[in-house]
Amino acid sequence: MMTSTSVSSRSDGISVLLRGLVYGAATVTFGTLLFIVVYILWKGVRHLTPSLFSLTYNSENVSLFPALVNTISMTVLSLAVAVPLGIFSAIWLVEYASRNNRLVGVVRLTAETLAGIPSIVYGLFGFLLFVTTLGFGFSLLAGALTLAIMILPVIMRTTEEALRAVPDSYREGSFGLGAGKLRTVFRIILPSAVPGILAGVILSVGRIVGETAALIYTAGTVAQIPDTVFASGRTLAVHLYALWGEGFNADQAYATAVVLLIMVTGINALSAAIAARLHP
Amino acid sequence: MHGVFLASAVTSIFAVLLICVFLFAGGIPAMLKIGVVDFLTGTRWKPGSDMYGILPMILGSIYVTAGAVVVGVPTGVLTAVYMARFCPPKAYRLLKPAVELLAGIPSVVYGFFGLMVIVPALRTAFGGSGTSLLAASLVLGIMILPTVIGVGEAALRAVPESYYEGSLALGASKERSIFFVVLPAARSGILAGIVLGIGRAIGETMAVIMVAGNQPVIPSSLFKGLRTLTANIVLEMGYAADLHREALISTAVVLFVFILCINLAFSLLKRRVIR
Repeated sequence: MMTSTSVSSRSDGISVLLRGLVYGAATVTFGTLLFIVVYILWKGVRHLTPSLFSLTYNSENVSLFPALVNTISMTVLSLAVAVPLGIFSAIWLVEYASRNNRLVGVVRLTAETLAGIPSIVYGLFGFLLFVTTLGFGFSLLAGALTLAIMILPVIMRTTEEALRAVPDSYREGSFGLGAGKLRTVFRIILPSAVPGILAGVILSVGRIVGETAALIYTAGTVAQIPDTVFASGRTLAVHLYALWGEGFNADQAYATAVVLLIMVTGINALSAAIAARLHP
Repeated sequence: MHGVFLASAVTSIFAVLLICVFLFAGGIPAMLKIGVVDFLTGTRWKPGSDMYGILPMILGSIYVTAGAVVVGVPTGVLTAVYMARFCPPKAYRLLKPAVELLAGIPSVVYGFFGLMVIVPALRTAFGGSGTSLLAASLVLGIMILPTVIGVGEAALRAVPESYYEGSLALGASKERSIFFVVLPAARSGILAGIVLGIGRAIGETMAVIMVAGNQPVIPSSLFKGLRTLTANIVLEMGYAADLHREALISTAVVLFVFILCINLAFSLLKRRVIR
């Protein structure tokens, strides 16, 4: 009886079982991740040949280079639309809207709704609006506009959080020195919110790079670098999907997956570095 | 500039309205033409002979999501417990980014991995083609892990430390304190994470297409192929015309309604957590 405390703290059956379950689950989770990453690297790295990075794609070299370039242009285009919109929306929400403005609730609700819509629905919507109704055809522009709407809530939310984290004394100090509202927003508040905003932008880049379903019927699946934004071009993720449909070049597909993994890891590392600076 | 800021803020309202208008205007007429009941409960999808029943796809989406929950939720919640309560700080610095990487891997890469590894493994183990409800459940189960872990961990960390300490002081072991005191206190938050994961699973497209087989038939077992609502749209949108195309938009309407319900459940749960 005297030993009951030490028994219950260490080795009663249920505690041991629960501990085993927790460690088992963690092993399964991280083991799976490790397996996926190592397996893809192992199968793919040796197929990263120079011909895979030829300037143009043909069925012989299955080059991923055009898709890589398209991924970058798609990212730049989408961000060019979504970042100003998202930042301005957040500025309105935090700095301009009064506390009891009904519109604030509606904007929040719609942004949350946008965040929950699956990418295939965006793809279908982009197809109906940009590709057919507005007549852009399958094009980088149609794809970028679709993605811009998709990442808008991410930029809005992170910017809003960043702006709210700026202490009120900054605003009061700026007003006290005689600066106007607009000057205060652009010269004082935004600069101090930059790291937080950047974190949202990087999160969005990750989504753009990995996106497939929203792009197949908006940006299309042409495997070349288009001359204008009004022409079709597939991004890297779409490229991987298209390789599956086109009779399948497994080796090149593994290599493409490796490039995607490297990009995603780089993006994550960047966002972790910024997060570390934000919350040291 | 105030006007510019306001106009930007209104964009998201405008976007949601546009999405609703385009989906509903494109989808509802076809649903009425086919007959709402025939469309929702018809078991045959044969656009060639004008038969548009999407029950197999509705059930396909539900089955696959349920499968993902069975695979992903227990593992995810237990891993969240590990991250919040068991993980030594040094390992945490490595494992936290690992969870984020799990979230960042593109869905098409998961699909590709499923196709090259999980499907052949199932084929060898159980026969058949390997592309099946089981394969899709496994892939989606892995994909919802980071969502369940991330939200669950945050919910566990939000439980006041005094709960845990009080339980320890009453003589309960560390494991009992966590599972019978801390975990129940965090249940709304954990549930919110699960609902978010369900939303992710039901909306997932590319990974499912590559491993589910895509037959528009109600699957009779775990080892049979199936088609989800999302897959139906991607597979046929490329060549569909007229009523067939409209029927695909109607498919998206059904998916959209599912998602709206899940989002509503999520925000209700979140509100409960904040209170």
